Amino acid sequence: MEFLAAGFIEDHIVPKFNYWIYVILMMIGLYAMITKNNLIKKLIGMAVFQTAIILFYVSIGVKEESGIPILSHGQHHAIVDEGRPSEEVITKEKFANPLPHVLMLTAIVVGVSTLGLALAITQRIYISFNTLEEDEILDQLRRGGHD
Amino acid sequence: MTEHYPVLILLVPLFGALLATLLGSERQVACWFTALIALGGSSILAIGNICALLASAEGELRYRMGGWNENSGYEVGIELRIDMLAALVVAAVVIVGFINTIFAKTRVTGEMREKAAFFYALNQLLIVGLCGIVMTNDAFNLYVLIEITSLTSYALIAMGNRRAALSSFNYIIMGTIGASFYLLGVGYLYIKTGTLNIDDIHTVLQSGNLWGDTSITIAFILIMLGLWTKMALFPLHGWLPNAYSYAPGVVGSFMAPLMTKVMVYVMLRIMLWLFGGEYIYSSGLVWGELVIWMSIIAIVAGSFLALARTDIKKMLTYLIVAEVGYMVGGAWLANGAGLAGSMYHILSDAAMTFCLFLAAAIVILRTGDHRLTAFNGLFRSMPLTMIGFTVGGLSMIGLPPTCGFFSKWYLISGGIEAGHWSYVAALLFSSLVNAVIFFRIFERAYFGNLKGVADEQLPDDGDCAPLLTLERVPFSMLIPLFIAGASVLLVGIYNNTLVSWLKAAMPPL
Amino acid sequence: MLEESYLPLITWMVSLLAVPAIMLLRKNPNAREGATFVAAFAKFALVLAMLPAVMAGGVLRFSFGEILPGIPLEFRVDGLGMLFALVASSLWILTTLYAVGYMRGLKEHDQTRFFACFAVSISATIGVAFAGNLFTLYLFYEMLSLSTYPLVTHHGDKAARSGGRTYLSHLLGTSVAFVLPAMIYCWVKSGGDMSFTDGGFLAGKIGAGDGLIVLLAFTLGFAKSGLMPFHSWLPNAMVAPTPVSALLHAVAVVKVGVFCILRVFTGVFGIDTLKDLDITTVVTYIAGFTVITSSLIALTQDNLKRRLAFSTIGQLAYIILGVSFLSANGITGSAMHIAMHAFGKITLFFCAGAIFMATGKKYVSQMVGIGRQMPVTMTAFLLGSLSIIGLPPFGGAWSKWYLFLGALDADQMFMAVILVISSLLNIAYLLPVAVNALFRKPPADSEGIAISGIREAPAACVIPLSITAVAGFVIFLFPDLVFDLAQLLIANG
Repeated sequence: MEFLAAGFIEDHIVPKFNYWIYVILMMIGLYAMITKNNLIKKLIGMAVFQTAIILFYVSIGVKEESGIPILSHGQHHAIVDEGRPSEEVITKEKFANPLPHVLMLTAIVVGVSTLGLALAITQRIYISFNTLEEDEILDQLRRGGHD
Repeated sequence: MTEHYPVLILLVPLFGALLATLLGSERQVACWFTALIALGGSSILAIGNICALLASAEGELRYRMGGWNENSGYEVGIELRIDMLAALVVAAVVIVGFINTIFAKTRVTGEMREKAAFFYALNQLLIVGLCGIVMTNDAFNLYVLIEITSLTSYALIAMGNRRAALSSFNYIIMGTIGASFYLLGVGYLYIKTGTLNIDDIHTVLQSGNLWGDTSITIAFILIMLGLWTKMALFPLHGWLPNAYSYAPGVVGSFMAPLMTKVMVYVMLRIMLWLFGGEYIYSSGLVWGELVIWMSIIAIVAGSFLALARTDIKKMLTYLIVAEVGYMVGGAWLANGAGLAGSMYHILSDAAMTFCLFLAAAIVILRTGDHRLTAFNGLFRSMPLTMIGFTVGGLSMIGLPPTCGFFSKWYLISGGIEAGHWSYVAALLFSSLVNAVIFFRIFERAYFGNLKGVADEQLPDDGDCAPLLTLERVPFSMLIPLFIAGASVLLVGIYNNTLVSWLKAAMPPL
Repeated sequence: MLEESYLPLITWMVSLLAVPAIMLLRKNPNAREGATFVAAFAKFALVLAMLPAVMAGGVLRFSFGEILPGIPLEFRVDGLGMLFALVASSLWILTTLYAVGYMRGLKEHDQTRFFACFAVSISATIGVAFAGNLFTLYLFYEMLSLSTYPLVTHHGDKAARSGGRTYLSHLLGTSVAFVLPAMIYCWVKSGGDMSFTDGGFLAGKIGAGDGLIVLLAFTLGFAKSGLMPFHSWLPNAMVAPTPVSALLHAVAVVKVGVFCILRVFTGVFGIDTLKDLDITTVVTYIAGFTVITSSLIALTQDNLKRRLAFSTIGQLAYIILGVSFLSANGITGSAMHIAMHAFGKITLFFCAGAIFMATGKKYVSQMVGIGRQMPVTMTAFLLGSLSIIGLPPFGGAWSKWYLFLGALDADQMFMAVILVISSLLNIAYLLPVAVNALFRKPPADSEGIAISGIREAPAACVIPLSITAVAGFVIFLFPDLVFDLAQLLIANG
């Protein structure tokens, strides 16, 4: 029971809570995708799973004491002009890393389209089988319901 | 102009896809023609690409998307990187796409009249995605392209009957898990290296000597798991047989030869260029051994499962599972011959799978039977189709001078050099099982229904009866089959040239 | 003396070029068979054209260019290849004549396919004979397996199907499972060179342990040689029409098997290397076992073609036995036996087919007294039997003599005894057939044998078998050509 020893929570869980949350969410999603019988529940699992990864990416871009990476008026000169007062010079410590966030915009789009497509296909499955429970569908197929 | 070939290969079918959607299904001949022109144009560009590469001294072409200048000091922008391996795989992808479009016309007209425009659009989009996967040098862009490819293939598969919809659903679940694992792995790499460019990641890993790092190990495992799911390495293969065999015939015939092969290419790319051979093969002795054993199991299991099928397409899809094992095993043998075999097998397997799927599609359409009984007496009634099928089958068995023989040659010599006799034995075993599988079919085709022997009834384990039956086989189907058959032989006969090109593209181990 | 030449290519191509002609002329059987004859004579003439250069110790070479790294697809015509090509191409002419008579006489179906596949098979055989390296050899070996399948299964019935299954599973299975890995192992070991060179390309590059495994893989893998335990395809292939059994299963296919093994001994390992490694004893014993066992099985067979098939298995094992002695006389005997056995055995098969055509009889027990009806055929059968047994004045005597000397040279007294016993067994299973047919009266209740009057098979069948029977005698008187070609192998090896 070493992981319950004093200091473990302080050292490993609290400072990295964002990673723990993403791992927990991901496991929930994976569990739902693999074990759930209802197709819609599987898709909900899939959405949770993808969201967990988005959360992971978003949290790796964040730094303590940093703001959003948007330049206010005049600041963009500062990066070239080294002679300005130091508080106007842009340093990367002041801003969150925008790249992971931008990547996630794409990932969200991908996730949404996957979900949309999956829902459309689920609809087709429902029309053909009149159910969304996987075991019932397989049962219908096993009974020789050939097209 | 030459330097823009890589991006044009992507753009031409991309606009072709848009145009096909705009034209709409009422004008399906125009849609077909658009796809034909776009993919034909891409094929020419891809061949031009190979020529440009042969002429260039560096042995690789780099193209920065949107003209981002690499001297600006910022590592921004997406880079395309084409070496000989990439150029050959891209050429294989677009040419298979082009030939399949010729092949598709009759079937699309008969099978999916009201969805024709979508088929042609998605078909081209899939080719764009696959080419992008092969050429991109950006790890995140690779993810996006993998998902573009997957999304189009989900939709294409779901165009089939109701079982196709269910198979497509399962494929979505498995595919999303695979792609998400890959994405997660890339995230770990980004945390450690701060870049997404594949070459840059490799440089940072090397300069920072990050190879012992746990995050890198986890990234590697996650990425490999993701890719193995996508390429259907046994036991992650569950989605593949149903998806490819219930998909509309015309979809299966170009997804089967391309999708898994391109994913194997991605695996090679990640292994050798992103992580680098010094990481994969040195610290990975344990993994290497483990992965080779996985591939051996894949080869043996795929062969057995194929042997047990009585449905033509199902049988062929299980053979793909075995072939994936060939390539994964060859890639992990950690020597030049194994890698060359693995790379060469990407091309040769694409050629022979394409040939077999085209021939099988013709047989199924003409006879209306999707079980092995469809082949009874075909050497007499459909000799031309059977010539194509025979060439593909002999290649699967691995008889010279077909390309299947030469890929086995390189893979086995790699196995011998590495002293991995169990892998060699698995390859030979798979050859023997393939011989049983295909000679069983050749025998049916040769003897037909024997006199005095009752017609046998095979169980219908496929449930993929065709939606269309042809009275006679049009030349628009036979000619693609012959091109595919000829390519099986040509890829075989010119293996020496191809392998020397591939070896030149290989990074030092 | 390597000499670049197009002759090997043309010789190989001639019979392939006949295939489209045969296909196109399918409506006109006479023209179709004409095409086969033209190709057969052209092939024989081309082989003869190469003979002087080869006899002078030269090697004719033609290369298609490199196929695998360091391995071209290449023909090299040397003494051994020339000997085999001469036998195969000369007998193709006679077999064609015989086949025309047989196929038409029995009104067989699909004759076009039959003659086309026959031409492809001969091409593959010549390809094996001329193969300049192991890869080329393997390519044509597999081509021969596939192109003879339609011939073996020609009848298209249930028996043909099961015979065909045994045929392919044995030949293809062993070649993929044993020869292919052994070949690639050789390639890896030799550093990318696989040309058959004097003294062997593996000389000095392989140890005794892996050498033994590779040698066994080749010897068992080239299962066309009919060596036990992979021999059972040969009796089962007897479902084929008799011309096929005659040429392919007495001459082309089985001889390709032993030819490949001879090549492995002389061209891959080299006799001296094998002597140094001392690994051939196993092969000697397998071959010796096959010689005796197959002769004993032949005694029990009542179906004439099956009896001949088991006899073939035994005779092929002689050839392997001879080369495994690693002595000059043994190898001479082996090479000569390729030719001598071919003429003897093809006569016997021709006779078996002729008997079947004239009377419909397949079993030895039904053939008592049949000589009264078919005196020419049965006399030829007697001559062929004597040649196989190895009695002078027939060709078989020479090769057996050298094989026997080879056994003595190698101090293999046990094997010498086996050769003697086997010859006695040959007498026991071959002579009674001819003697009973010629010198006993047919039993009163026998059906189908005309008691009086001569009713032979068609002339197209009787002429070839007479020629081959006489050839067995002529070759005894003039064995120089065969002997000299065999000697070339010793001189170079």
